[in-house]
Amino acid sequence: MSELVADRISVAFAGLKALSEVDLKVASGQIVGLMGPNGAGKTTLVNVLTGFQPPTAGAVLLDGAPLSGPKPHLLRRRGIARTFQGGRLFRDLLVIDNLEVTGIGLGQSRSAAIAEARAMLDWVGIAHLANRIAGTLPYTDERRVAIGRALMGRPAFILLDEPAAGMSGQEAADLSALIRRIAREMGCGVLLIEHNVGLVLDLCDHIVVLDSGAVIETGDPAFIRASEKVRHAYMGTAADTHMPVLEVGQ
Amino acid sequence: MGSLLQVVFDALALGSLYALAALGIALIFGVMRLVNFAHGDVIAFCVFALLWPSTDAVAVVFAGNLPWFLLIPLVLAVGAALSVLSELVVFRRFRRANPATMMIASFALGFVIRYFLLMLYSSRPKSISLLPALSQPIEIFGARIPLLQLITILVTIAVLFGLTAFLRRTRFGLEMRAAAENFTMARMLGVRANRVIMGAFALSGALAGAIALILGSQTGTANITMGANVMLMAFIATVIGGMGSLAGAVIAGFLLGSIATVMQVILPPDARAFRDAFVYGAVILVLIFRPQGLLSARGAKERV
Repeated sequence: MSELVADRISVAFAGLKALSEVDLKVASGQIVGLMGPNGAGKTTLVNVLTGFQPPTAGAVLLDGAPLSGPKPHLLRRRGIARTFQGGRLFRDLLVIDNLEVTGIGLGQSRSAAIAEARAMLDWVGIAHLANRIAGTLPYTDERRVAIGRALMGRPAFILLDEPAAGMSGQEAADLSALIRRIAREMGCGVLLIEHNVGLVLDLCDHIVVLDSGAVIETGDPAFIRASEKVRHAYMGTAADTHMPVLEVGQ
Repeated sequence: MGSLLQVVFDALALGSLYALAALGIALIFGVMRLVNFAHGDVIAFCVFALLWPSTDAVAVVFAGNLPWFLLIPLVLAVGAALSVLSELVVFRRFRRANPATMMIASFALGFVIRYFLLMLYSSRPKSISLLPALSQPIEIFGARIPLLQLITILVTIAVLFGLTAFLRRTRFGLEMRAAAENFTMARMLGVRANRVIMGAFALSGALAGAIALILGSQTGTANITMGANVMLMAFIATVIGGMGSLAGAVIAGFLLGSIATVMQVILPPDARAFRDAFVYGAVILVLIFRPQGLLSARGAKERV
């Protein structure tokens, strides 16, 4: 059982507070949702957790021990993987190569990297795409490749940055089934950033809502769904209406 | 028939030279977004490495007298070593600099190398006899083709196949292709960035060595500016080919070689002196119709 914790994380860019004293916790096998309007600081928090952005204050703890300053690829080796908005695959490489090079980067031998890459493509359900050039895939498949790539080396945690953006209802439902398997079958801790609120409420065990860099609400999906503060954050002051954003993708 | 074949061989040989040089530039551009203008001076350095430093007009050969099976690896190694050294000493410090800054640094490095040669060897071209056995002609279907031309073409084809196999089949090649497309991402995934970049410089330098051997044998002179013209053509080839695209650089290199050779044949004798003007005119036309290059560059494709 492993635990990744953001402990009172603050980030300031040139005096502008992007995050202030944000707490968050993801445990093995758990799916935690990170919600919030555009500019709330969601990606910044993921950047801090994966070593891309040093926090101005606060600490990231892995199993209680602080991770201070290691480079992203070292954190990746320690089991904290992520995906990026839009997938960001190596578009000129084959799908299998995208996973293989990740395995190699993790220190695997070439044959081990190829073997795991094949198994992983099969596991995420795109074994038939192994020899396609990554840049030619439709983007629902591209996202799966990105997730497969992040799962190479069986990380303890995976941070998914808007994996369902631009997907139709059915595609999002398929993706959501995959994310659930990552948590339940691999025992991976999942942090899910997603604008599709319906998907987050449906999938997550626990949800953290950010607004303007601060946590405004945290709790289980039912609690978040009913929260007045969350409604305010998404709707401004027009609190008398129901939350139309909640219906996206439902 | 004979003369047509002659033109084809001329075009292929000149194109080979440009293609090899363009490949050396595209390899480094791929992993670092650096247009290495010092490449031409590395070529010159490789030839001069065979001569004993002296400012006399007559070259004092020392390593140049080695048998070919030692001479060739030596020149390739000199190119690779100088190129890797330039990465370690200069370009490593510019990793985060913008491409224009790196380009200026490469110009400066090129001049440092050139003036270093000037100091040791003077600016007078020296006549050398490098691999003299290659200058004899052989007869193919009635055309008299210099053996060197044939070897240049064959070596280039072998290099292209070898490099393709290296990039596609080896672990290092895979890391290099990933880094060439998205260096930051490759690094984040743990690809060993320094090794990949040094590998690209070593390959590029060895290619410069190969060009030095061809140019040296072809012209029979060592001249401190001998790399400049090839470098300019190679740079143009990488631009036309689509910056960073290896295949594009090679195709454009052959294209430029062909255009130059054909111009030499079809232009009226009075206009031949201005051949290069016509070649550059053709370059402008290509860029007007395909500003992104013949093959669009790696990593430049963004989904809108």
